[in-house]
Amino acid sequence: MENLNLFIRSIFVDNMVFAYFLGMCSFLAVSKNVKTAFGLGVAVTFMLIVTLPINYLLENYVLKAGALVWLGDTFADVDLSFLSLIMFIAVIASMTQLVEMAVEKYSPSLYASLGIFLPLIAVNCAILGGSLFMQQRGFANAWTATCAGAGWGIGWLLAITAIAAIRERVASYSNVPAPLRGIGITFILCALMGIAFMSFLGIKL
Amino acid sequence: MADKISNKQIFFNPFSKDNPVVVQVLGICSCLAVTAKLEPALVMGISVIAVLAFSNVIISLIRNTIPTNIRIIVQLVVVAALVIVVNQLLLAYAYDVSKQLSVFIGLIITNCILMGRLEAFAMGNKPWPSFLDGIGNGIGYAIILVIVGFFRELLGSGTLMGFQVIPQCFYEAGYVNNGLMILPPMALIVVACIIWAHRSWNKDLQEK
Repeated sequence: MENLNLFIRSIFVDNMVFAYFLGMCSFLAVSKNVKTAFGLGVAVTFMLIVTLPINYLLENYVLKAGALVWLGDTFADVDLSFLSLIMFIAVIASMTQLVEMAVEKYSPSLYASLGIFLPLIAVNCAILGGSLFMQQRGFANAWTATCAGAGWGIGWLLAITAIAAIRERVASYSNVPAPLRGIGITFILCALMGIAFMSFLGIKL
Repeated sequence: MADKISNKQIFFNPFSKDNPVVVQVLGICSCLAVTAKLEPALVMGISVIAVLAFSNVIISLIRNTIPTNIRIIVQLVVVAALVIVVNQLLLAYAYDVSKQLSVFIGLIITNCILMGRLEAFAMGNKPWPSFLDGIGNGIGYAIILVIVGFFRELLGSGTLMGFQVIPQCFYEAGYVNNGLMILPPMALIVVACIIWAHRSWNKDLQEK
């Protein structure tokens, strides 16, 4: 129940895009049409689900103050938390490389449609952001971290698909002032969606 | 350098014509999240200038020895090491600000400005132009950050750098702070307004 609550909250209330503005760069760059936007969304969701539990275990059994106590008493006061950034990004970058190779080998058609976006995911701040929030909030166990990861991923997927759909309509039906065309109007659309998403604030299951 | 851009242009172009935020659309995430107040915006801007300049130089120095298929990991490791240094410095000398910035200092690593400039410039140029490019783009980013932070703090809280600037008699006459400006979505609107002004001024940047 606790985890389900966290999952729902991560999708709507703590939405990666509208509450924290993470992953905005690819969000703005790849939301021109719904199909590619959806593909990138699925890839980001997958990476969040995979990297969050790995980074959780890394944080709690290697990096945190006193986390190395399972190696013996002499390691009890070792604090490696200043290394966490570099470890997290290494996990994310190597997982991206791994996923890229696996997808290329087993599903060439999916690879062809996602190809360009896979390496981009390593530098998507939504993924590193997920790990850093996990570290900050101190989740109870790896399963909770996975639930939060899934929620954040699906929230991101939802946001990018919605904005892509709106942009498709705006591009073909409306007469936007010339200086605002393209990126400018997209910013305003995001802001309006962000305000809409704020109505979810305070939701509890 | 192939296209003979002078060092001066490398340094000054990112201020306006080639601004990383409003023209190249890089580094939006942090630009929106840290600008509710002017002070964190300023600290964030300075941190990004420092990290960007030094990572550009380092990558430019080792650009000929990096194998192309693992270059992203190499770049990330260099940037991450620099960000850790900045993070520890802030924790030591500006603890309150670093608490406000929370995870966003860590997220400088995945700030697209860094990867974008490393890929586009430092991988193909000598250290000195790369250093200028890093400083220039960092300042371009910081300018936008400070403008957004200025308007959001002035209209949202009536203060600048924590000091009250809107006189007390305004409040007594019925002036109320616009609480909406502190909320995250308004950062997007302010940036959209900057883009609007900037592109009506530079007509050649307008999209079809």
